[in-house]
Amino acid sequence: MAEILPLPEAVSALVHDGDTVAMEGFTHLIPFAAGHEVIRQHRRDLTLVRMTPDLLYDQLIGAGCARALVFSWGGNPGVGSLHRFRDAVEHDWPVPLRLEEHSHAGMANRYVAGASGLPFAVLRGYAGTDLGAGRSDIRPITCPFTGETLTAVPALRPDVTICHAQRADTKGNVQYWGILGVQKEAVLAADRSLVTVEEIVDELTPVPGAVVLPTWAVTAVSHVPGGAHPSYAHGYSERDNDYYLDWDAIGRDRDSFARWLDTHVHAGGTADV
Amino acid sequence: MGAFTADEMMTVAAARALRDGAVCFVGIGIPSTAANLARRTHAPNLVLVYESGTIGSRPARLPLSIGDGLLAEDCDAVVGVPEVFNYWLQPGRIDIGFLSAAQLDRMGNINTTVIGGDYARPSVRLPGAGGAPEIAASCREVIVVVRQRPRSFVDKVDFVTSVGYGSAPGDRARLGLTGAGPKTVITDLGVLEPDPDSCELTLTGLHPGVTVEQARAATGWDLAVSARLTRVEPPDQTELRHLRELQATLSRRATGKESPT
Repeated sequence: MAEILPLPEAVSALVHDGDTVAMEGFTHLIPFAAGHEVIRQHRRDLTLVRMTPDLLYDQLIGAGCARALVFSWGGNPGVGSLHRFRDAVEHDWPVPLRLEEHSHAGMANRYVAGASGLPFAVLRGYAGTDLGAGRSDIRPITCPFTGETLTAVPALRPDVTICHAQRADTKGNVQYWGILGVQKEAVLAADRSLVTVEEIVDELTPVPGAVVLPTWAVTAVSHVPGGAHPSYAHGYSERDNDYYLDWDAIGRDRDSFARWLDTHVHAGGTADV
Repeated sequence: MGAFTADEMMTVAAARALRDGAVCFVGIGIPSTAANLARRTHAPNLVLVYESGTIGSRPARLPLSIGDGLLAEDCDAVVGVPEVFNYWLQPGRIDIGFLSAAQLDRMGNINTTVIGGDYARPSVRLPGAGGAPEIAASCREVIVVVRQRPRSFVDKVDFVTSVGYGSAPGDRARLGLTGAGPKTVITDLGVLEPDPDSCELTLTGLHPGVTVEQARAATGWDLAVSARLTRVEPPDQTELRHLRELQATLSRRATGKESPT
């Protein structure tokens, strides 16, 4: 049964220094508030996993929380570079960042393998690219039935997966809809999971196309309205596109980033997302 | 016909390359603009698949991001990300994949990973692969839309993120890549297509007012020119009107909203 906890308690209980942490949400339902709580609690040496590390991981990387990044596309969508990510890769600032880089299909299948209890996933992918060159985690594999050469990638098994959803019921059953991303697989692949939600209701009513994560498959639920901002929660909020545009100038400069961190994360508390 | 920009010509040329009824894998930016322009002009039955998992999206305005909620509101189906790659892209159900490139080489290979230096310490760290490697591998054909500049049109990419024709004809078959590869490269200067024998990208079309010399000067290899070089028709009034109406829905900055500053 998922425990319903205040966000600071949930992060404190579930996220530890050195953990492998996945925060998922494919431009929709990105768990910004929970990520900011991880920064506030000064977690260090995290291996951060995410298909599309965008502003949230730029912020975590710039704050020095990460030692490694497992990802497939790292940019500010429609705007440009992630400058904190680039500063870490190009100049080891604030700390060196080891990269484990895949394609979207590779990452998605790695989560599927993790959720399925399998050690690896098989796909048609990576052939002829430099992504697999010299890598021990992208390997050719021969189909035992047809003899075809395919590619194997290892399962992803995060210590903890964090995501955001529209709502949960008082028992901790979670429901989300709209663009679905890879959150279901990421939660089921992980040892522990935290879902922040827009609202907690007595009973979940059906929504077309919605995914339900049963309470017994989730570790903790936190009530964090607006917890996806500047991303959005379909039916609850709009994406704050200006924030993504403005982030370019803030993230570009170490000092302006440090000021943003002080003002909007460290001084903020959970209400300020 | 009124005046138009090079980017407008590029977008219109990309839209024209999409036949009605085709299933198209779309990214944000010019590909999304071109696909939605095609839907409003000659290809009302074009099927748009976005990698965020929306299949058959019919957006009433241009989406602002790959995960714009608009794409999920009017579409045939919303599926998870593993499904869009495994069930829809990988088996070859997508006719046309649209890609862009930070670097594109003479064999149509694409780099969106690193430029200069070595992988661990590059001069420029780019966003990375995203869905591009499998789009390049598995779509029945690929259209690359990219501005033509000497620094981005290179003899050989610094890093192969997505395979075009590899290093020689026959490489795609040898690698088991099921799609036909980059059949068309549309730039702000013209159109390049692979030579049928060598697979080397060759200039086959020029936009209005552009010269062969300009196209060659904007290319970082010794660009071959097709014996059947054509002149691309300029955008007509209808294309320009629809394109500008679409662009007007993309006003980037709202007012009065919370900002992180």
